[in-house]
Amino acid sequence: MKTTSLKTMICTAAMLTLGAGAAAGQTDEKLVINGETEIITEAPAPAHLEGALDTIYSGWEFRSPTTRAVQMDDFDNPGMIFVDKARQVWNTVDGTEGKSCASCHDDPADSMKGVRAVYPKWNEDAQEVRTLEMQINDCRTDRMGAEAWGYTDTGMTSMVALISLQSRGMPVDVAIDGPAQSTWEKGKELYYTRTGQLELSCANCHEDHYGDMIRADHLSQGQINGFPVYRLKNAKLNAVHSRFKGCVRDTRAETYKPGSPEFVALELYVASRGNGLDVEAPSVRN
Amino acid sequence: MELTRRGAIALGAGVAATLALPIRAMASVDEAIAEFTGGAEIGEGGLELITPEIAENGNTVPIEVSAPGATAITVLATGNPTPKVVTFNFGPLAGAQRASTRIRLAGTQDVMAVAKMSDGSFVSTSNNVKVTIGGCGG
Amino acid sequence: MAEGVRARVKVPSSASAGESVVIKTLISHPMESGQRKDSEGNIIPRSIIHRFVCDFNGQNVIDVNMQPAISTNPYFEFEAKIPESGEMKFTWYDDDGSVYEESKSVSVG
Repeated sequence: MKTTSLKTMICTAAMLTLGAGAAAGQTDEKLVINGETEIITEAPAPAHLEGALDTIYSGWEFRSPTTRAVQMDDFDNPGMIFVDKARQVWNTVDGTEGKSCASCHDDPADSMKGVRAVYPKWNEDAQEVRTLEMQINDCRTDRMGAEAWGYTDTGMTSMVALISLQSRGMPVDVAIDGPAQSTWEKGKELYYTRTGQLELSCANCHEDHYGDMIRADHLSQGQINGFPVYRLKNAKLNAVHSRFKGCVRDTRAETYKPGSPEFVALELYVASRGNGLDVEAPSVRN
Repeated sequence: MELTRRGAIALGAGVAATLALPIRAMASVDEAIAEFTGGAEIGEGGLELITPEIAENGNTVPIEVSAPGATAITVLATGNPTPKVVTFNFGPLAGAQRASTRIRLAGTQDVMAVAKMSDGSFVSTSNNVKVTIGGCGG
Repeated sequence: MAEGVRARVKVPSSASAGESVVIKTLISHPMESGQRKDSEGNIIPRSIIHRFVCDFNGQNVIDVNMQPAISTNPYFEFEAKIPESGEMKFTWYDDDGSVYEESKSVSVG
């Protein structure tokens, strides 16, 4: 029958299309923000992932067309309103030293360009790997004489978003060798360690099953190049460590604390799995 | 799960509540429509409602309504605890009788739009939106 | 007044006479629905922006009645006709009596 053969043809065509574009879940669409900033959302995996992944994908690729669209225009992206607020804070004096962020760092567009892309990063003076949050609080307490912010407070996450935005469209390139190597190794161990009553490691979902459905949702590779991320779920900007906490909790384990040495190490390792993907912050996810 | 007597009663009550809900919700949908139309008859055509077929999260669902020549368009989420969502009243300087926003949907349901046209007549349309439940809730 | 409310509006700075232009607005607001409970089981009282109005030179473009089903950080996109140069005024009305205002000028010519 004619209709049947047509249906078969459509089905076959659909299957071929699926087969052509990598695994299920990722889109072939390109992420272009404001019609001008092209973002790399698919890249060859960095060398250290050999044997684990061939290609790395931004979480944007796994989202539905409507969610993807919200990130393609800075006005539609509600994360930008938090960036606006942080920009105001950037220029506001706080603390005993009478300084604002701008007193030392002027315009973030110049001073913060490329910073997000290389964080977490080894700090020679402190002899530790530092996240952006740690660095911001160091500035606040040591240079401004201001109170430290809570690690995942909205004010902190908004400031991280403002700083991260200055690296948007630049590839993530965190250093994993030299003095940062032992922290990176620790993060890698955490990534592959099963935790909780469900006995799941990060890798069980985000390496072994990305692109597959988890209930009605597509599992991503758990890349953090888009953080901080505005989630439709809670309608606010979310920090990397908040997301880690949510994931670990869902394995039904006691989680580490945001800002803990364990999560700092994990952040360095997970960031390094995205070396080659562009910084997207503030991104939009479900 | 072991099904105890108490469990079975609770389960039964739950099912009854689930069944009762749509009827109650429908009543308030009818009320909301009547409030907008004043009980006038509702036709079809000339009103477009754009919604995603599947919403990844019910907290933030983008929608758009458009009805050339309308003076007002109201949107109802028929499966929400309170169905009224938003009413757009178009003024003399409206460039088009079109608007979009983001809404909350309590679950998979029909979203309905009703437009009041400039001649005083009413038209409506509705779309089903499937609201998915995220992976592990993280 | 809900804390730290901030509005963003997108309006073209110029238009030709009679042109219809696309306007976008976003305001940061929790839009507490009145349906949620706190950790002790008490209902968190409703606190939303319930009305949004856009006028141009005193003439109405759109008047929106908002219910708790509008998402956090309310977003609107609509079109406005620009008959002459003037000021586009945006007003949001909060349940708690606060009024948030924003304006942009549009030039024709």
